[in-house]
Amino acid sequence: MAIVNYFRWFFSKNGLVLGGILLAAVTFWCVVMIIMPQLFMLDYSFRLNLAPHEYGTAKDVLTLDNYRYLLYGSSANTDSFNFQDLGVFWRTIVAALFVTAFDLALCYPIAFYMAKVAEGSWSRLLVLSLVVPYWVNEILRAFAFRIIFGASGIINSIGMGLGLWDQPVDFIRVDIALYAGLGYAYILLMIFPIYNAIESLDKNQLEAARDLGAPWWRIHWRVVIPYAKPGITSGCTMVFMLTAGALAAPQILGGPSSLWFTQRVYELFNKAIHWPRGSAYAFVLLVACIVIVMLLMRLFKVKLGEIAR
Amino acid sequence: MTSRGVMKVFFGFYALLFFGYLFGPLIIMSITAFNSSTYPRVSPWECLTGEWFVKLANDSRLIEGFQNSLLIGFFVVLVSVPLGLAGAIVLTQIGRRVRSIYYTIVICPILVPGVVLGISTLIFWRRLGNMVGAEDGSLLFNDIFLTVLGQATFISAYCMLVFIARLQRFDPAQEEAALDLGATNVQAFTKVLLPFLKPAIASAAVLAFLASFENYNTTVFTSQATSTLTMVLASKVRYGIDPSISALAVIIIVLTLVGAVTYEVLRRREERLATQRMLEGLPGAKPAPKAGFGVVPNIAGILIFLVVAAGVATAWSASNYDAQVCKAAIMEEKLRIQKELAEKQRKLLEERMKQQQTQPQDDPARPKSVTPFGSVFDPNNLGSQSGTGEKAPAPAAPEKPKSPFGNVFDPNNLKQQSGEQ
Repeated sequence: MAIVNYFRWFFSKNGLVLGGILLAAVTFWCVVMIIMPQLFMLDYSFRLNLAPHEYGTAKDVLTLDNYRYLLYGSSANTDSFNFQDLGVFWRTIVAALFVTAFDLALCYPIAFYMAKVAEGSWSRLLVLSLVVPYWVNEILRAFAFRIIFGASGIINSIGMGLGLWDQPVDFIRVDIALYAGLGYAYILLMIFPIYNAIESLDKNQLEAARDLGAPWWRIHWRVVIPYAKPGITSGCTMVFMLTAGALAAPQILGGPSSLWFTQRVYELFNKAIHWPRGSAYAFVLLVACIVIVMLLMRLFKVKLGEIAR
Repeated sequence: MTSRGVMKVFFGFYALLFFGYLFGPLIIMSITAFNSSTYPRVSPWECLTGEWFVKLANDSRLIEGFQNSLLIGFFVVLVSVPLGLAGAIVLTQIGRRVRSIYYTIVICPILVPGVVLGISTLIFWRRLGNMVGAEDGSLLFNDIFLTVLGQATFISAYCMLVFIARLQRFDPAQEEAALDLGATNVQAFTKVLLPFLKPAIASAAVLAFLASFENYNTTVFTSQATSTLTMVLASKVRYGIDPSISALAVIIIVLTLVGAVTYEVLRRREERLATQRMLEGLPGAKPAPKAGFGVVPNIAGILIFLVVAAGVATAWSASNYDAQVCKAAIMEEKLRIQKELAEKQRKLLEERMKQQQTQPQDDPARPKSVTPFGSVFDPNNLGSQSGTGEKAPAPAAPEKPKSPFGNVFDPNNLKQQSGEQ
């Protein structure tokens, strides 16, 4: 048996004590902390909203009610779709994709600059200065955007001072503040994977392309971007997942009439107190994110192993 | 200009925008912490003050949240550093086929939305607690216990990445040598591998603590009754904002800056020591290139010095200079403006009263003025009132017969007043 042989080798290499500790720790992490909770959440999403003393009684059955509710807005009636929740879901996914694209466009040039143009010490300083905003709390970053986009905030003062508009614009209501804040929140996670990927590119390749007469955009298109593809995909994956799953920024910067899907989940847990339905919604979000990331990776022909390094 | 020159200008403009976007919000937020205006803003500037820092220090909810965050962060470090280490060691010891599955499982928590991690942790332990019939106050329902486990799920993965990077440079021959010389497995681990991993352990611990400290998405679900610092902050920001939050941001930004520079300086020193050691070990070897970081600490040091100096100067002047006087002046100014407005309104009202008295009270030829709404429904009215927000409605008003309330209910009135605040 390969498995038995493997364990025999594992314990002879690490010894009984150390091997046991290692195995126990990893098992605890993988099974108890990662896999079991997800399975329990999945199971719970097929349950009815019962009080604890009703668990295990005849009432405690598996049902598709919660998923039906997300689709139709009612667990019995399937005449019309639940446009409210589906709309929120759709908007979240599309907006997250949009924020990801925005971050990619914003970060690629600076990442390239840091990796290939800037000199050693200057580039090091740039890296350091990028890290600082990232360690400031997520809530405080959103708060900063609330200050500058407020009715008497600096953007409105400047715009009105220059005569661009004469009434304060409610940036929060039209969600501009939200998109700006979300784009800001995960800049770093876009820059560093791209930076790491481009940094290992041999400068001679760029020079060769230039000597052969390629214009700058073709050098990027044919040399740099194909080379940095794993980094780009990795950055996009992280930014997309984090944006779609963001909770703090939408709560603080979101307009009164527009919700983020995670806010809907939060409501189900903390206001409506319908945990099974909340679990179902969370699970749908998880599956949607995974599917989209898989599609992205298929599109760019990148494997998971190359990501998250 | 050549196309290269155009590119340079264009890139400069882009870099300016980029760093404006990156630092602008933080800088503006920091400035608002020193303005005495009760709404955090830069303009209009009222008075330089340090009162928001005092208010921050006296905020018992924030302090309590801070303590909870420290406690949770401490436990998260205790849990996730060993787990990450174990995960990294096991990763190096398993076959290729199992490795990719294993790697996918342990890396997943980084990618899964924090909300989902929080929910699944909460539900798992609640259900487990119900199954084993745990009491209400037991560990399985404890907020801090759940939060630590929920956060450690993905923070362990961060730690693991740190350890993997370090382990790649580990020479297994060292461990084998120790074993050959008669060390037990545990001794080889504690005497050879752990000392080698020490820097990685330190950075993993710092990373774990910071990640735990600023986490919101997972904590907000796992910690149902206990508030951490980020949760207190979030609820504060959502239900009314005031500059003491900016004051907290200033503290965090300064700490981060100091931390970043300390890290850089330490790293440089270590690098220099390493080079030195190498030179001593290999007489005659070429001096290693000085890595080219010579200027950075100087620039960074100067920057830090400036920031700290500015902070100290601001704090000093804020404490010395009497904010009360300035505030009183501002208050007086506000009162004066308000009084002026009131006066203006009173005059208007009087004038209108006079006009109404001079007009015949019941004139059948003017059916419009009979309705109690005056000419509110007159379509012309609407245009002149709502069209221009800035213009005071006063001059046009007296000509029309109005309701007895004057233009007290005129929406522009309200705007005018609140705009001055």
